[in-house]
Parts: sequence; C-alpha cells; structure tokens
Amino acid sequence: MAIWCRVSSRTIANANHMRKFINPASGLSPALNRGRPLFSDGNRRHLDSLPRNRATRVWFQRFKSTLAEKQQDSFLSSDSDEDLQSLQFPGGKVSYTSEMNFISESSETRVPCYRVLDDDGELIPDSHFQQVSEEVAVKMYSKMVSLQIMDTIFYEAQRQGRISFYLTSAGEEAINIASAAALSEQDIILPQYREPGVLLWRGFTLQEFADQCFGNKADYGKGRQMPIHYGSKKHNFFTISSPIATQLPQAAGIAYSLKMDNKKACVVSYIGDGGTSEGDFHAGLNFAAVMEAPVIFFCRNNGWAISTNVSEQFRSDGIVVKGRAYGIRSIRVDGNDALAVYTAVSAAREMAVNEHRPILIEALTYRVGHHSTSDDSTKYRKLDEIVYWKNARNPVNRFRNWVQSNGWWSEQQETQLRNSVRKQLLEAIQVAEKAEKPPLSEMFRDVYDYPPSNLEEQEKHLRETISRHPSDYPSDIPV
Amino acid sequence: MALRNIIGKRIGNGIGLVGRRSLSTATCDVENRNSKSMNLYSAINQALHLALETDPRAFVFGEDVSFGGVFRCTTGLADRFGKARVFNTPLCEQGIVGFGIGLAAMGNRAIAEIQFADYIYPAFDQIVNEAAKFRYRSGNQFNCGGLTIRAPYGAVGHGGHYHSQSPEAFFCHVPGIKVVIPRSPRQAKGLLLSCIRDPNPVVFFEPKWLYRLAVEEVPEHDYMLPLSEAEVIRQGSDITLVGWGAQLTIMEQACIEAEKDGISCELIDLKTLMPWDKETVEASVRKTGRVLISHEAPVTGGFGAEISASIVERCFLRLEAPVARVCGLDTPFPLVFEPFYMPSKNKVLDAIKATVDY
Repeated sequence: MAIWCRVSSRTIANANHMRKFINPASGLSPALNRGRPLFSDGNRRHLDSLPRNRATRVWFQRFKSTLAEKQQDSFLSSDSDEDLQSLQFPGGKVSYTSEMNFISESSETRVPCYRVLDDDGELIPDSHFQQVSEEVAVKMYSKMVSLQIMDTIFYEAQRQGRISFYLTSAGEEAINIASAAALSEQDIILPQYREPGVLLWRGFTLQEFADQCFGNKADYGKGRQMPIHYGSKKHNFFTISSPIATQLPQAAGIAYSLKMDNKKACVVSYIGDGGTSEGDFHAGLNFAAVMEAPVIFFCRNNGWAISTNVSEQFRSDGIVVKGRAYGIRSIRVDGNDALAVYTAVSAAREMAVNEHRPILIEALTYRVGHHSTSDDSTKYRKLDEIVYWKNARNPVNRFRNWVQSNGWWSEQQETQLRNSVRKQLLEAIQVAEKAEKPPLSEMFRDVYDYPPSNLEEQEKHLRETISRHPSDYPSDIPV
Repeated sequence: MALRNIIGKRIGNGIGLVGRRSLSTATCDVENRNSKSMNLYSAINQALHLALETDPRAFVFGEDVSFGGVFRCTTGLADRFGKARVFNTPLCEQGIVGFGIGLAAMGNRAIAEIQFADYIYPAFDQIVNEAAKFRYRSGNQFNCGGLTIRAPYGAVGHGGHYHSQSPEAFFCHVPGIKVVIPRSPRQAKGLLLSCIRDPNPVVFFEPKWLYRLAVEEVPEHDYMLPLSEAEVIRQGSDITLVGWGAQLTIMEQACIEAEKDGISCELIDLKTLMPWDKETVEASVRKTGRVLISHEAPVTGGFGAEISASIVERCFLRLEAPVARVCGLDTPFPLVFEPFYMPSKNKVLDAIKATVDY
C-alpha cells in the first residue's frame, strides 16, 4: 500500500524537528482499494502496529501550502494492478479508479491519545515530551491547586446565595494550566467559559476573579455580565460570552491580524465537545485553514455538554478526526496529563507561529463538576462515574506525583499552599462582597463609543422614575 | 434638480434612463471640487479605494470580492492593495462576520461584504450577540468598532424572495450597532467612508436597484457625511415624508405629482436608521402636522412602526392625521407579483392625499 509522500519546500527551513510529530497515516484510508469488496476497510493503516507507549517517529510528512491546486497526486507504488492515470479538476489532480469503494465512516481503530504520565503520575518509559523546569512545574502545580480551591469556594459562595452563578473547571485543571503554561504572554486567548485557569496562570488575581463574580465597581466588565464572564485586556484574554463557539471564527480573524502585523504570536481558542457541533466551529476552522491563520483550536472533550453525552453529540471519532476535513493538522492528547498537554501545546504553538497554520488539539478529559450551579449532573449520569474520575483519574494528583517524585514538592508545601489560597480567597470574597457596585451610569455607557440621544433620554427618564419609586430598585447600586 | 432625474424610472421590470442631472442639493453641503459623473457601485468603489489608501490596516473581504464582486463594488482593489488585504472568503456568512469581528477587535478596519442582504441571517448571531455587545460586555476593554458590513438590499425588479429583501428592521432592534442606508452615489461614498471610520460596528445596506441606474456628480476627493443626521431633501409645508434608500426616488415622484394638486411635501432622507435623528423629523412634523413613512420592507414590524410610534409620542397634539405607512406587503417578496407588492408612486400619492384630506 502506497504511503503518501510529499515534500514541501516551505517547511524544510522551518519545522524540521516537528516532522517526527506528524503521522500521515493515522487512521484514514487512502482512496484506493485494491481488489477488495465494497465497504472494506482493509486498506486502513493499523494503528495497532504503532507501539502505544512511544511517540511516533520516523514517519513524517511535510505539508505543502494547503492550496489544493498544488497538490501532486503521487501514488508511486509500483505494484499497481489498476489504472493510475490522473484527472484534472478545478481542485487539482486526482487519480481515478474503476472500482467503486466508499471510504469507511470510521477507522478500524480510534486515533490514539498522546500521554506521557501514567495514571499514577509516573513517567511512561521512552516518552517524548518537553521538559519543564522545577520553577515552571511548581508554578503549574500551584496554579492547578489554586484553581481547584477557587472553584470549590466560589461554588460554595453561589450555594450560599452570595453570587448568582458559577461554573467549575473540576477535572480540567491540567488543560487549563498546562496549556496556558506553554504559551507566551503575547498569545491571545479566546476562551469558551471553562478556562479561568488560563487567566490564573497569567496573573489575574483572586480578587479580580471575585470582583467579576460579584459584579462590583472593580469588575472590568462593570457589572454587566453574569459571573465567570471574565475578560482582561492586559492579560490578552478576550471577554467571555455565553453563546457557544462564536469565538472560533473571531479567533481566525484575530490570528490573521497577528500574521499581518508579523507578530511572533498566535491565538488559542478553546471549545468544548458540544461546541464543535455549532456552525461556528465549521466556519472558524475552515476560515483559519484558508486564511492560513496562526490559531490553535483547543477542544476540551470532557464527555458532556450539560446532560448530552458525546454519543449524542457526534458520530465521528471525537473531534481530532475533523481536523483533516479542513486541512488542519491535529492531535489527540490526554487532557488530564499536564505534561502531555504542555508538550502538545508547545509544539502546536511553534507550528502555528512559524508556519502560519491552524492546529487542532483534542484533549480528552472528564467534566467532574456539574455543568454549572444551575445543574445537578447526578440526574443524568452515575455518581460512581463522577467519583471515579474525581479520584482515580484526577489530573492534579497525577501531576503532583510527578512533581514530588522530582523532589520539587512536599507535603508541607501542599498544606501551606492550600491554606494560603483558601485564606486569600475568603478575604477576596469578603472584600468583593462589601465593595460598591458600579454606578447606574455604567448601564448606559459603552453601548456605543458615545451615548446616542435616545440613551441620554432614557437615562434621564429612568432617573426621574427612580426618584419617584426608589424602593423598586436595589439600594446597593449608586444612582 | 430632482432625485428622479438621476435614475431610470422604475416601470415594472423596465429600465429607462431618463436623464443625468445632479441630485437635489438643497442641504447637501459637500463642496463640488473635482467631481465626476458616476453610478452607485462606482461611488462605493471609490470609497473603498480611499478607505484602503488612507488606512494600511483596512481590509475588504467577502464572497467573490477579489475579481470585483458580483456588483463590481470591489473592482480594482485586489490588484491595487494586494491579496493579503482584499480577498475572497469561503462561502459562509457567519464566518465572514466572525472573522471580521476578530480583525476589527485588533484595531483593523474590517470591511466585510455579504453578497445579498437576503443571506445575512447566518451572521445574525455574530452581529447581535457578538459585534453589538463586544464593547459593552467587556467594560470597554475591547471593541470591534472597525467592523463595517456592507450588503446590497432591496427590490431589483426580478429578484424574488432571496434577492430583494430589506432586512433593516431586524438590525434596528439591536443596541450597539449602527444601520446606514444611502440614497444615491454621492451620499453612498460619503456615508460609507463615515461608517468605515466610525468607531462602532455598522451595517451598511446598499440599494442594489441603484447600483447602475443612479448616476450623479460625485466629488473625487475623500469626504465623509455625518451619521445619525437626517436630511431634508425637499422642503414643504403640508406633509412630511420619511424614507431611505431607493424608496426616496419613488417618494419624490409622488411629491412632485402631489404638488400639481397643490400639496406641498417635505421629504426627509433618514440616512441612518440606528441611531436615528428624531429631532429633524420631529421639527418637520411640527411644521407640517402630517407624516407618511414609506419603505419596501413588509409593513408589519417594519422600521416605519418605530418612527410612527416615536413621532406620535413626541408630536401627538400637533398631528392633524394618523401617521401613514406605505410599505411592502406582509408576504415573502414575490416574483411576478412584485409590482403589486411594492409601495409604488401611486400608492404613496394616494396616501399623501388621504392624509392631507383627513
């Protein structure tokens, strides 16, 4: 069976060392099928032939510019017993066959998942990964712990009625922190909503988180949106919006701008498994590919979109296989393995920035928490499933084991850290709760750059109403 | 010189170019430096050339814009400014607008084209939930003010359901965006440049009927016309007519005929529908005591309803007659029945008389 071999002059200078990460044959069949019955998947490359504990090496495929017309069809196999003449069409040359075969709807085996730590946090032998220094590893671990504690305490605060809403990232701490750690400060983040750890990594303070959740005067969003809709220009973190996947085509536009400005930076846009069903997923990936935009599409496949399991979300092998449909290089990674996520994002970043191409990363994980404080997930999934993932597959514990095994972390530091973060959070919440709310005038600002006359009229009229019926209005909002 | 003289008379499907004389310039204060006679798509083309010339971070993109666009509005741009700044996009309106929002959020001027206003709806979520709220929800940390979405709208004689729509009313209900509609080539150039340079996301609907038919002297220099300022394009004392875009031509014909019956009509071009200039309209209604609004879009829930409600609120005691609306019917835009559907000159004239005789 012919292996697709292509040589790209474009990438030779650039990503030479990337080639060992690129496997052209992962699970997708070539167009030809020799003398086999219809619907056979006999020509599939068997991934079982790959040693599972190693990163794939040796096979490489250097990609040309994604322009289809330049693709040379190059089935060079000499053991052909079929017509291999090619046909020219607007999209380029294709070879033809007189045997009718449908490409199977799925591969025989699923795309394997890249991981370097086993479930106990031990490094898998012969793993390929990017080493992190003690400093970075300790920072990563500390932030993962902080995220855990922040989630627990804010969730409780909502349950106590002190904030109106919250959603946790429980189970996805490695995704949050490790992906952020692999980026530079100039990389621009377009989140979905379950990635506050990226902000945490970049230095957003617990107080700033609390201020947004309480919608007080210090909230950068000026109290206009629900809790967890963070945004921070100084941290290159675009403001979260509730509609799903809308950020994906925007990410392509932002990345295109970076490219035009010759910035050595990329965009990282996050999406969940559910969000990949939205039209904007298709729009975003297709635009990024065609525009050759440096954006990493990071899909957190945590198995659930509120109560909808992935089995009800798509029929493909997850999300990683969709990358090829757009001409986008993709990888599936163990989202609960901080080192694997870190390595994959580092590699993706380099390709995106140096080659001006989008990359798709599917991180498999599990949403340990409920969808949000408005959800009780025990209504649609088993409690022991949740407990299993919370304990046996916990990304924080796993990374901790690795950090500790390097002698970089101790029990004492653990206790100190947890107590400290908890204390800081409780203080931040107290401060945020007592702080003044934004003044009423903030309701009317920023709809446009300057308020138009209809808004000025409405503000005036509203103020008259307030003075007549002050008890209709919350007393903690300065009028 | 009347508006009607600059375009062909609209006779069912017939096109006749009556004459080419300059637009009624009662209040248009764009100085006539070097001017050139040109049609609407050429004027828009000039505006785009100027926009890209004066701002190296301006981009034009959309379906088929590279070769010049299906209406030739983007002719010459790709050759002059290069494929990195003027480019075709995949066929995906939500992607076009989403991509444009991203570009604009980085401080660029993103001039997106939607091929027909009839196809803007896939982008509705991006426009309403994202572009319109981008600045507000971020506490002004971010904005996509550099975004301008252009789309041809309106009847064309044979467009049917999906090449004739006037969807402006949907967008006038969304705080955070602006909606602008030019009536002529000279207006279009100045307004489009203002929209592109306005620090808010704007939807700019271009009356496709006028792309070739409307011809007038358009100054060749870089000029901008103010947004949210309506213009009285014909002075009168008996009744105020309010409209926008191509419909103004029809309304002006009705005004001219009404004059023969001794009715003096004041005609206002709203120009910007969101935020709209209530003051100018109100001042006119205080003068005349009567108002008639006309638009191609279906009457129910059309933007005429907003104007009517606002005027009644503000001028109730001054009004001598109910506010009249002469609009499209509440049907999908039909093909063979277009002449029946449209708010024609005679329908407008009948309504003028009925209002004056009330």
